[in-house]
Amino acid sequence: MIKHFKPAIILFIILSVLTGVIYPALVTGLAQLLFFHQANGSLMTDSSGKTTGFRLIGQPLSSPGHFWGRPSATGPFPYNAGASSGSNLGPTNPALIDAVKVRIQALKAADPGNKAPIPVDLITASGSGLDPHISPAAADYQINRVAKARHMKPEKVRSLVDANTESRQWWLLGEPRVNVLTLNLALDAVH
Amino acid sequence: MTINSFLQIALYVAALLALAKPLGWYMARVYEDEPAGLNRLLAPVETAIYRLSGVNPKQEMRWTDYAIALLIFNLLGALAVFALQRLQAGLPFNPQSLPGVSPDSAFNTAVSFATNTNWQGYGGETTMSYLTQMLGLTVQNFVSAAAGMATLVALIRGFARRKVDIIGNFWVDLTRSTLYILMPLSLILALVLAGQGVVQTFSPYQTVPLVESVTYEQPKLGSDSQALKDINGNPIMEQVEVKEQLVAVGPAASQVAIKQLGTNGGGFFNVNSAHPLENPTPLSNFLEMLSILLIPGALCYTFGMMVGDTRQGWAILAAMTLVFVALIFVAVPAEQSGNPALAALSVDQSASLTQSGGNMEGKETRFGITNSALWAVATTAASNGSVNSMHDSFTPIGGMAPMWLMQLGEVIYGGVGSGLYGMIMFAIVAVFVSGLMIGRTPEYLGKKIEAYEMKMAAIAILIPPLAVLGGTALAVMVDAGRTSVFNPDAHGFSEVLYAFSSAGNNNGSAFGGLSANTPFYNAMLGLAMLFSRYWLAVPVLAIAGSLAAKKIVPTGPGTLPTHTPLFVVLLIGTVLLVGALTFIPALALGPVVEHLQMMGAR
Repeated sequence: MIKHFKPAIILFIILSVLTGVIYPALVTGLAQLLFFHQANGSLMTDSSGKTTGFRLIGQPLSSPGHFWGRPSATGPFPYNAGASSGSNLGPTNPALIDAVKVRIQALKAADPGNKAPIPVDLITASGSGLDPHISPAAADYQINRVAKARHMKPEKVRSLVDANTESRQWWLLGEPRVNVLTLNLALDAVH
Repeated sequence: MTINSFLQIALYVAALLALAKPLGWYMARVYEDEPAGLNRLLAPVETAIYRLSGVNPKQEMRWTDYAIALLIFNLLGALAVFALQRLQAGLPFNPQSLPGVSPDSAFNTAVSFATNTNWQGYGGETTMSYLTQMLGLTVQNFVSAAAGMATLVALIRGFARRKVDIIGNFWVDLTRSTLYILMPLSLILALVLAGQGVVQTFSPYQTVPLVESVTYEQPKLGSDSQALKDINGNPIMEQVEVKEQLVAVGPAASQVAIKQLGTNGGGFFNVNSAHPLENPTPLSNFLEMLSILLIPGALCYTFGMMVGDTRQGWAILAAMTLVFVALIFVAVPAEQSGNPALAALSVDQSASLTQSGGNMEGKETRFGITNSALWAVATTAASNGSVNSMHDSFTPIGGMAPMWLMQLGEVIYGGVGSGLYGMIMFAIVAVFVSGLMIGRTPEYLGKKIEAYEMKMAAIAILIPPLAVLGGTALAVMVDAGRTSVFNPDAHGFSEVLYAFSSAGNNNGSAFGGLSANTPFYNAMLGLAMLFSRYWLAVPVLAIAGSLAAKKIVPTGPGTLPTHTPLFVVLLIGTVLLVGALTFIPALALGPVVEHLQMMGAR
């Protein structure tokens, strides 16, 4: 048994250096070289070069003039990108139903005339609490409210929604989606 | 289910099966020490490693030495991860100045990563420094996977050899698995993922402005950093306005690649592959999901090649794939059908061209229902345990499919190496049962299966259920176990059952509502992980040693062929029968009751 200790210890050190130092350093070097923008988090900047946000990280929005993203269960405030989290509420948990009711009320209060059924992703918390996207249906539901609050024509808002909609990757993978942050930044840039 | 849903599932299964042969061929060449393509580049490195560590690659081991080497190596790994976590506050590459991890959590995580489970009681971005993530966790991601593959290869040699007492050199199998298989695949995957937007940087967390500021309330702290209270003893609250967003980043892509390929599953961030910077696009999702089952599937072909009959490998792969596909079509429709309680609130849960619909609580928009449920089935079929959606928020039936896949013993593809050696244990039981039925001595791949092999196979099959059911029973009986439960009623029981199913089968996924970062769960789940890893690996190596010493029996008219559809059915039957008989009572108390409550509440 003792004879196995020497190779075990030396091999463990060598493999640790190989997989725990050289490998991540190599990936970091190559990623920074080949994909500088993506490997640093796909940061967005405005025309003056100021950072405006992470393209892939959603933000908390609740004013009528902005499109709202998915509800977020991170603590202590929504879209806390320093501590990602889902709600972990089970489907039969009364707390889930209560939370959904509150979200429905908020949507209805901001847009009293809207009688359409609410798309499910707009009233359920995302897995990460940082989901940057909503479904096109969820964007559609909000177009009239945003247009009214901003005194814009709904068609104009719709064209911005379309411009920020991504279809399935290669027309097959994933789901069609609207990037809420880029959409709102585009809206703020217009108005 | 939509047509697109079928297409995405079909593409996934097709890609998995198409890659089994080329990768399986490559791995067999590596383990048989034949040129496989990367030798010119890596052989000098390999030779240098042996020279430095004093290993003679030509000197093979008996099964006992092989097992001791495996155990010593894993013990060293666990100690190193434990030490790194405890000491990280004083070590470099800790830009957020994270403190040392508590002893019970550090024990749990060390065991978890050394046993290839990757159960996580902690949240990555709020707990682990970059150094711990790389030098502790990433290293174990590689070597725990390599140790599983080595154990499998030793077992295969037991079948392929005759009348010898040696089954290979553990140090060589470990080094080859890491150097020739896991590292090249991880390097490629990590770079593709970085191209898709997975972060890979040593910079500290970044701050960006918020479009709209948010406010929240928190207890006001006095100068002694204790919460201030008013005269009635209620805490005084203060408003905090947040105008900026602090975004966690780090060297994620390198770790994500190996956690998927090595069936580890431990996420860089708390929400694992649901995090947009860990899994940003549908393509990154497809590749990460494919990587979960890639090596376990291909090892079936490696097995066939090494025993000299590829049909044997295909038969096992067929059995795994049939169970896998069947459970996809349980989980995806269950999630797509949504939550009846929300339907009553006039929420639109139907699938259409503009939304995926279904039960979206805990799921990401870019993945929708199909990719979330498919991932849940793949990650629990393999003992991977990474998630791209929160399993705790799944519908009862949608959550039961992953739970049952773990309870089957992680043999539907299973962990790298461990899945196939687990499945071979079931194959041994299957030939034994059929041998009894036709009145012949059972044989598998030309080796007589006798009392010793049966005893060892029975231990390997029965230890995980013991850990799962025993652990669950204990946890729901004591206060320390019950207070951690988050969701009420039957779903709360499911949380505990899921936790022990995960730890007791080295999976690592969770019903995340359970507060598992407590001394009780850290200890209990840590023990479950240890039991189920080594009480399987050691009996498997014992069988390897026993089989290697046997002669090969020529096939005769009484031999049961083990590459036919009949055997595939027999093998599936054995797996399902053991899994069903053992776990149906427990499942009835959890997901089944909850399903009836959910449907009845309408």
